[in-house]
Amino acid sequence: MMSLIEANLPALQVVLPLVAAPLCALLGRGDRSWAFACLVTFVTFAVSVALFAETYAGTIISYRMGGWEIPLGIEYRVDRLNAFVLLIISGSAALVLPYARRIVAAEIPAERQPLFYTAFLLCITGLLGITITGDAFNIFVFLEISSLATYALVASGSWVNKRALTAAYNYLIMGTVGATFFVIGVGMLYMITGTLNLADLAVRIVEHGDSSTLRMGFVFILIGIGLKLAMFPLHLWLPNAYAYAPSAVTAFLAATATKAAVYVMLRFMFTVFGFDYEFQADTLRMVVLPLAVIAMFAASIVAIFQDNLKRMLAYSSIAQIGYILLGLTFLTETGLTASIVHLFNHAVTKAALFMVAGCFVLSAGTCSISKLGGIGRDMPWTTAAFVVGGLSLIGLPLTVGFISKWYLVLAALELGWWPVALMIMASSLLAIIYVWRVIEAAYLQPAPEGVVRKEAPLSMLIPTWIFIGLSIWFGINAMLTSTAAGRAASALIDSSHILWKE
Amino acid sequence: MSDLGIDLDYIMGRYNYWLFCILMMTGLYITVSRGNLIKKIVGLNIFQTAVFMLYISMGKVIGGTAPILTEVPETIYSNPLPHVLILTAIVVGIATTAVALALVVRIRESYGTIEEDEILELEHDMDFGSGAAQGDPVA
Repeated sequence: MMSLIEANLPALQVVLPLVAAPLCALLGRGDRSWAFACLVTFVTFAVSVALFAETYAGTIISYRMGGWEIPLGIEYRVDRLNAFVLLIISGSAALVLPYARRIVAAEIPAERQPLFYTAFLLCITGLLGITITGDAFNIFVFLEISSLATYALVASGSWVNKRALTAAYNYLIMGTVGATFFVIGVGMLYMITGTLNLADLAVRIVEHGDSSTLRMGFVFILIGIGLKLAMFPLHLWLPNAYAYAPSAVTAFLAATATKAAVYVMLRFMFTVFGFDYEFQADTLRMVVLPLAVIAMFAASIVAIFQDNLKRMLAYSSIAQIGYILLGLTFLTETGLTASIVHLFNHAVTKAALFMVAGCFVLSAGTCSISKLGGIGRDMPWTTAAFVVGGLSLIGLPLTVGFISKWYLVLAALELGWWPVALMIMASSLLAIIYVWRVIEAAYLQPAPEGVVRKEAPLSMLIPTWIFIGLSIWFGINAMLTSTAAGRAASALIDSSHILWKE
Repeated sequence: MSDLGIDLDYIMGRYNYWLFCILMMTGLYITVSRGNLIKKIVGLNIFQTAVFMLYISMGKVIGGTAPILTEVPETIYSNPLPHVLILTAIVVGIATTAVALALVVRIRESYGTIEEDEILELEHDMDFGSGAAQGDPVA
């Protein structure tokens, strides 16, 4: 029995939440569907931990779906990189769901809650599927599973504010255009190579050499995934979707959705196209690098002028995605390590911050910064969590944000790109301004008259503080994350170097 | 036709790819330019259909028949894999359209219109209108 489970871990990772999702819808009202969804995410997380432990030493798990031979059938391939991303996704889910019960009860009518948790499980399924699969078309299918579930989740914010509907609609239009671009790109690659398996693609692309079809394929995939991961200036769907989605959904999406898309980008750029593919290197440095730097500044400046806390954090996410993309464009091992480590660090920090915003919504009924005056005295623990998370966003030492920025600056200096290093630090200063606005409102401004605000319930505070705790723990003791990220980066580089050298 | 510098065989031999390009650009243009939410979905569908055509075209083998096993061993078959992929993509496209239409129904119920500019006006009023709570998620 145990060996059977062990042999099928990669399949279980995806199948478990997939099968659980419809069951969840049948459980009916009350807390049963929530408890069931929680249980499922805990087991899913356990599977991810097992996969991570198995691949940490460097083994690559190759799982044949349905027993078909590999280039023909769908392969699930787990290596250090995607085991790390799987851990981020399922870990965030396992922390966000316990948090979700109270805030979902406040934001979504009781008879809809089973369906809400069903969509949540489907979203987790899709994101895990994107990450674990080794088949290009399968990525598209899972991308759409997670996206369709996400549109429904974002739209379920309409019980609170009807603008969630238009936000979900816009996300749907842009997301579908992005996914379709991705399919066109995959089609181009299939035209050249006749295969969809990522590892097989990598070998055959090198055999066929550079061509205009390959370049078109690369560009379509870059733009398609760029839409999904909110690469500046393709980010327009993100602020409203994050601001009007139910708070638990925002916390989960901010931690995982864009991260899974970044993973796909990494996988395509460095496993499929290869590290030394010249057209890619040029595109990254001439197009993506300037866009990433603009995102760091433009999105941070826009964030400064937001009054809605969730919207502010959403713009800050766009800036943070800029940092992740910037690390990619260095095309060095340190740069990649910075990107991968920031995937984890930003997931932890942003999930915690959006959870704080959810606590504010529950207790104060608002997350408008101008109405949060004096909330630091009424909700000391929640606000303290925001302060620590905010410091991590800025990148102060002893927080995870510092580790990411450290690696980024290091990577920039390695190449001698000191203007870029200066810009990384300058954009961090902008983060100080928008974080300070909230802290000022929370501690220095008087509370509005006649408002009663209670501290958030423990079921919400504990998950928030676990995220905050992680962001400090891995800020002080960065060995585990940065080693894992470094190993993942070197594995990516090694595999593609071998290919293009011939 | 070579004296005109136009290779007609090149153009006509790839007419399905030209149609793919035209349909794709048409669909994308409708999605971006139309303000009516339903028309945007129509544009999206045309855009997706164009991609189906691209995949079906690349599965074509000259002289090949439909990929159904025949008794004759030397039969040339078209490549069935793109067809199967597109079956999946069609299902995904239908699901997307269904979700989009459901959203439009809900938008119509809440806003009373499906014209983008009118919705934007209403949302602007919500943000900056008389005494409206600015940026407040709890309406």
